[in-house]
Amino acid sequence: MTDYRIQGATGEWEVVIGLEVHAQVTSESKLFSGASTAFGAEPNSQVSLVDAAMPGMLPVLNGECIRQAVRTGMALDAQINPWSRFDRKNYFYADLPQGYQISQLYHPLVGEGSLRIEPEGGEPKTIGIERLHVEQDAGKLMHDQHPTRSYVDLNRSGVALMEIVSKPDMRSPAEAGAYVRKLRAVLRYVGSCDGNMEQGSMRADVNVSVRKPGGELGTRTETKNVNSVRFVMAAIEIEARRQVDVIEDGGTIVQETRLFDPDGNGGKGATRSMRSKEDAHDYRYFPDPDLLPLELDDAFLKAARASLPELPDAKRARYEGELGLSAYNADILTADVETARWFEAMLAENVPAKPAANWLTSELFGALNRMGRDLVDSPVSPKQAAELIALVADGTLSGSLAKQVFEIMLETGQGAGAIVEDRGLKQTSDTGAIEAEIAKVIAANPDKVADYKGGKDKLFGFFVGQTMRAMAGKANPGVVNDLLKKALDA
Amino acid sequence: MTNLTDLGIADIRDGVATGSFSAREVATAFNDAVVAGRALNAYLVETPELALAAADAADAAKALGDLKPLSGVPLGIKDLFCTKGVETTAASGILKGFVPQYESTISAKLFDAGAGMLGKLNMDQFAMGSSNETSAFGNVISPWKRNDGGNAALAPGGSSGGSSSAVSARMAPGATGTDTGGSIRQPAAFTGISGIKPTYGRCSRWGTIAFASSLDQAGPMARDVRDCAIMLEAMSGFDPKDATSLDLPVPAWETSLSGDLKGKKVGVPKEYRVDGMPPEIEALWQQGIAYVKDAGAEIVEVSLPHTKYALPTYYIIAPAEASSNLARYDGVRYGLRDLPDGANLQQMYAATRADGFGAEVKRRIMIGTYVLSAGFYDAYFTKAQKVRALIVRDFEQAFATCDVLLTPTAPSAAFGLGEKSDDPLAMYLNDVFTVPSSLAGLPAMSVPGGLDGQGLPLGLQIIGRALDEQSVLNAGLAIEQRAGFTARPGQWW
Repeated sequence: MTDYRIQGATGEWEVVIGLEVHAQVTSESKLFSGASTAFGAEPNSQVSLVDAAMPGMLPVLNGECIRQAVRTGMALDAQINPWSRFDRKNYFYADLPQGYQISQLYHPLVGEGSLRIEPEGGEPKTIGIERLHVEQDAGKLMHDQHPTRSYVDLNRSGVALMEIVSKPDMRSPAEAGAYVRKLRAVLRYVGSCDGNMEQGSMRADVNVSVRKPGGELGTRTETKNVNSVRFVMAAIEIEARRQVDVIEDGGTIVQETRLFDPDGNGGKGATRSMRSKEDAHDYRYFPDPDLLPLELDDAFLKAARASLPELPDAKRARYEGELGLSAYNADILTADVETARWFEAMLAENVPAKPAANWLTSELFGALNRMGRDLVDSPVSPKQAAELIALVADGTLSGSLAKQVFEIMLETGQGAGAIVEDRGLKQTSDTGAIEAEIAKVIAANPDKVADYKGGKDKLFGFFVGQTMRAMAGKANPGVVNDLLKKALDA
Repeated sequence: MTNLTDLGIADIRDGVATGSFSAREVATAFNDAVVAGRALNAYLVETPELALAAADAADAAKALGDLKPLSGVPLGIKDLFCTKGVETTAASGILKGFVPQYESTISAKLFDAGAGMLGKLNMDQFAMGSSNETSAFGNVISPWKRNDGGNAALAPGGSSGGSSSAVSARMAPGATGTDTGGSIRQPAAFTGISGIKPTYGRCSRWGTIAFASSLDQAGPMARDVRDCAIMLEAMSGFDPKDATSLDLPVPAWETSLSGDLKGKKVGVPKEYRVDGMPPEIEALWQQGIAYVKDAGAEIVEVSLPHTKYALPTYYIIAPAEASSNLARYDGVRYGLRDLPDGANLQQMYAATRADGFGAEVKRRIMIGTYVLSAGFYDAYFTKAQKVRALIVRDFEQAFATCDVLLTPTAPSAAFGLGEKSDDPLAMYLNDVFTVPSSLAGLPAMSVPGGLDGQGLPLGLQIIGRALDEQSVLNAGLAIEQRAGFTARPGQWW
């Protein structure tokens, strides 16, 4: 694939992209308080005295959030800093009760790492991770509750976030999209973030600059809080184009914070300025004196590493290498942790891997797609699916019978074995019965037999079809083929 | 029968236990004294019903033989401690009307130990001040008067000036204080009482309104060393709600008290002999040295070379932390909200904070904001943190050759109200002897050492190794036993 370039009036431009992804840590309670983190609760129903920053309240670190962030860092092959510290980022806003966010500026929990991506249609590439640190989320302002007032919901206030900062290593929207997807996959494998972008569990700040290919880095802008992979890609494309236009019109790019408006520019999407560097906050970061430095001992680190699951790249290599799956299937089955989990639950029932993989990626995904459902809501369980695959493997069901049985499973929720039993859908290899039907078919079609014998080989399929129909679809196709050949060539 | 308000904590505890008087009689006597002493403006809120309720519980416990360590002892609580259902303002207009729905760990521990609450004590606003003149609700007046025939109203010290005044004027047998740079010790010295700031982390900060988190420590203020030990035992202990709380057992300080200093070395830091120190303070210091020698201690001269940087360091770190800690008072969720017509969020912040904070609080917020701002952070805050580390090391080195340090508590006796309020720097200089040990997080106490020429109390400060409150208390006791300090303010109110 050729490099991604923006065509400007003065020639080609290269885009340089870095992403800061905020990922909500999966934990029962908040980073520094015992309040619940469940999504969708009544406003201000999950707010402790600490989250509301009542006078005299103090933060106490939730160790589970740290454990999850450390595991994430390990999954990103990153340096884990056994000594880190929390800093206060000071600014005033109505959704920030303390008047500061507890974050990690000077000594982050996790240092440099990397993430391997495979952009669609592009070459695999390793994207550098600059750092990962842990911080508090803010609350939420609600402007639509009252004509003249804004309301504040503090349920999110204090929820733990991981900020994962990439190096400016991406060069196209496709690479950025692949990065977000892969990062989301890794987080979901690790179990440190549910990766749900619609619910705001994951969002990205997109840093974009443009330059002549291979030239000096340009001035970057930061587009905040982009909440889907599609929008990340769109925001980059639109912002890069905007920058090229500004520069080619003789302007300069201002370092600033921008917002992505997917409905802007007549529905094509646009970024617009939020604030420039001149009115940027002076956050007055300093070490939070309410918290001691965070020191991680070897036992903690060892336990965190031991708890890591097999990660997508390793799993995919194993599926191809050990299970002999096609690259395509291995890719699909490992892209999301739920799919891999489902597949492995099938394998746990001792079904052969290849047919299981084929069935999952074609039959099950096809059916779910028709029904508009996700794998987690599948009406068929891995165990039930394994039973179906096993019936094909042992010759009880033909491929077409299996399709029928699967449709019935989807409708009734019954198991494959029970369906076969109840409805007599078992494939037969009973040569006597098949030979009898073949004899009838031959007797009923003397002219076709003559044509076949005269060289019209294609008619063989007609005889197979007739025989299968006569057997109500239950004949073993291989046996039918053999017996027909014998009968016709006799 | 003795006047019950003349009794200290140990006397009340023991008297209730032996049945010499009831806890209700004690509470009633102090409740009456609180009312009679309103001219001192020591109490912001009076809670006689709470004192009586605790007293009745103590009397009932006595009947059942189930007395707790502080059963029957009514206390004053500094208004920096959040008290459930009782207005808590930190003496600031911005928290006027704020009634916490929670109890600070310190007040909860005291109440759990059987103590009652006489009321909430006035203080310098957000604990920022050395004279009580920064209170939004009027300054406290010291019960002490100069013996010059004049009638000048004197400062009770600060920030725990309501506490010092109330204990000194027999309006409470003991009170909680907090100490960030000397706010227990200096007012104790000004009013002729004892007060100890324990090692940082001994007392939980949960529910105590924050001034400077890395320095703030609660401690007791009482008539004598034993009473301080009793109260401190009840106040100390690990609190999982405070990440800086020390997870260590609380020593039995009271029963281990001993004024015998044989085998102990008392260090005298030469850098505390500051320029312009009044001769009376020097004389007091020498007297203190004589007392501890008499108690069997050996005197060693020690050096704390970075002492002169302590005050500037403190006045960078404390305001920096305060500027951030006080950001939560924004008019959004509780306390004062000024919302001028048509104001937006920024204007609401500005109006609320301009109106709600006093001048000294604003000054420190601005200093703190400045020293943390981009371009100045390294020159001020980072430098101050480094100097703080050197000050800690000074003490470590000094304690290699001695067990405790003996210094004056403050460079002067109580000054007149209004005398220094126009000169913040002169006011800050009051903390010159107390700030270094605060920066180092060390236990330090003030005990009365004598009177100056005008009949005003002067305090001696003992500083100990981290976690060695016992040696501090013991040295304090040795001085107390020899100083024979019995002076008390005449009751002019």
